[in-house]
Amino acid sequence: MIEKTAQNSNHDRSNLYDTALKKRYGIDNIFAVATWSAISISVIVLAVLLIDVCIDGIPKLNWNFLTSFPSRNPEEAGLLSALVGTIWMMITVAAVSFPLGVGAGIYLEEFASDNWFNRLVEININNLAGVPSIIYGLLGLQVFVRLFEPMTGGRSILSGSLTIALLILPVIIVSTREALRSIPDSLRLAGYALGATKWQIIWEHIFPLAIPGILTGTILALSRGIGETAPLITIGALTFISFLPENLQSAFTVLPIQIFNWVSRPQPEFHDLAAAGIIVLMVVLMVMNAGAIILRNKFQKKF
Amino acid sequence: MTLDQSNKKVSLWQPNRPKSKLIELIIKIIFGSFAFVSIATTMGIVLTLIFNTVDFFKEVSFLHYLTDTKWTPLFSSANFGIFVLISATVLSSVIAIVVALPLGLLSAICLSEYATERTRKILKPILEILAGVPTVVYGYFALLFLTPLLRLPMPEWVQNIIPAWDQFIPGLQGFNSLSAGIVLGIMIMPLVASLSEDAIYAVPQSLRDGAYALGATKREVIISVVLPAALSGIVSSLILAISRAIGETMIVALAAGQNPRLGLNPFVPVMTMTAFIVQVSLGDTPAGSIAYKTIYAVGMTLFLITLVLNIFSFWFVRRFREKYD
Repeated sequence: MIEKTAQNSNHDRSNLYDTALKKRYGIDNIFAVATWSAISISVIVLAVLLIDVCIDGIPKLNWNFLTSFPSRNPEEAGLLSALVGTIWMMITVAAVSFPLGVGAGIYLEEFASDNWFNRLVEININNLAGVPSIIYGLLGLQVFVRLFEPMTGGRSILSGSLTIALLILPVIIVSTREALRSIPDSLRLAGYALGATKWQIIWEHIFPLAIPGILTGTILALSRGIGETAPLITIGALTFISFLPENLQSAFTVLPIQIFNWVSRPQPEFHDLAAAGIIVLMVVLMVMNAGAIILRNKFQKKF
Repeated sequence: MTLDQSNKKVSLWQPNRPKSKLIELIIKIIFGSFAFVSIATTMGIVLTLIFNTVDFFKEVSFLHYLTDTKWTPLFSSANFGIFVLISATVLSSVIAIVVALPLGLLSAICLSEYATERTRKILKPILEILAGVPTVVYGYFALLFLTPLLRLPMPEWVQNIIPAWDQFIPGLQGFNSLSAGIVLGIMIMPLVASLSEDAIYAVPQSLRDGAYALGATKREVIISVVLPAALSGIVSSLILAISRAIGETMIVALAAGQNPRLGLNPFVPVMTMTAFIVQVSLGDTPAGSIAYKTIYAVGMTLFLITLVLNIFSFWFVRRFREKYD
């Protein structure tokens, strides 16, 4: 009886308002399929990119390729100088940007009070993260290559590393701050209760706990810096280098620049070399990222 | 006796507060100066650009820079029409955003609304990998994979029916802004996806429940309730992505060519602002030469455009953010 009334009233209303559920659910399904295909496209693109690079590059990848200098003859060309240059640069960039970024991050998170200077620094860091990388190259060209030429040796590893260090500094600062923020205040308060100064608490209690998070962020930032090409081309990193760097003032080349050089040549043989170079670069980056993930999973504590 | 003991202890352990305080002050000053490095970087960028740009405009009139329709700074009869480069930059960025907006936004909706926690854990790292691929690799992909793919010759029977349809995209040249733009779009897609997803994820569940209670289907909830609520975050992610596309260098330098050309034809080689800076940097440019000053003038233009976009994005979020407490 009750059911019947319900049906009746339902029937009556359907004259006034058509829920059209079938149609609406149909569109729902189309929409769901569209979202899934959008995300599948990115997966497919990544797969196609990797497979394409591997098909072209793997035949060229051998010991000779890793231990020879670049050459005009594609059969003999290798990327020894680029690989060594990348390692030199990685170390120098880390040595410069890690203390600077972590120091600035600690200052902003732990010491800074809310005054105009600190607000300015904060806005500024947000803005710097949005500046195109090639602009950093223009800065490096004027300041490190020209202005400080006696110290940096012009278009040298040092100039390149300082440019890249400035580029990744905002990323390191932000991840340091996030790592410090994830340490609960109770630890700091316990330290104060024992009569420690702020710096003693930071150095002996907070920093050791935050270091895995800081290192993870730094490695990720470094891996971004290692892949950068534009700023280094702008400061004039040479593309044809058939010697190994001797010191920080040597001319240099790095993997992305060598790859760019090979891709921009018309001969297809060099394109295959570029693919092989890309595999080497991606392996370097993957090792760094894997290291960062392992660090994060192994040492990060939950509070 | 007890008094003696406590006296002894005091003499053994000295808190030495003044020394600790001094160390703290020194550390604070050093780290504060590290924080100042970021300000110095900005000042360095702005001053470098301004000084060289002022030098540039001593030789080239500002009106000329904005109104000329040719860009030939390295020729003897030099022309400096920045809009030639801007048109190429705008063209590739528009193509990029046409690719990245639907893909990124739909991916964000999928991750936040449709995917289970487990799939999310697999898909998010894939997006992160895509975001972490060096841009020179994307350049390789655009020039040596996508362009040849789009230029594949059509089968004969198609050509028999439509003679003009000789390749997949007729008229597409070896260097073009179409494939550069598409790959640019793929590059900025993870940025759109992850920032939009943050915004969508932050919409409180109660809003969705309210809409479901009114009889809406899942799609209707997403389109009429969730997306409008997350609009400020989505738009700002889009603007940041555009700004990234405009400043991107390697993809356009490799795949879009080196031909300064005014116009919006995506099938022919063009030269963007960033590609010009690369072209000049690859040659040997002595300081003080007009070519040297020109890259700074172009850099200044690029810097101003991205700065305005970034500020607009921050402003948009602040102005239109919906707050749910």
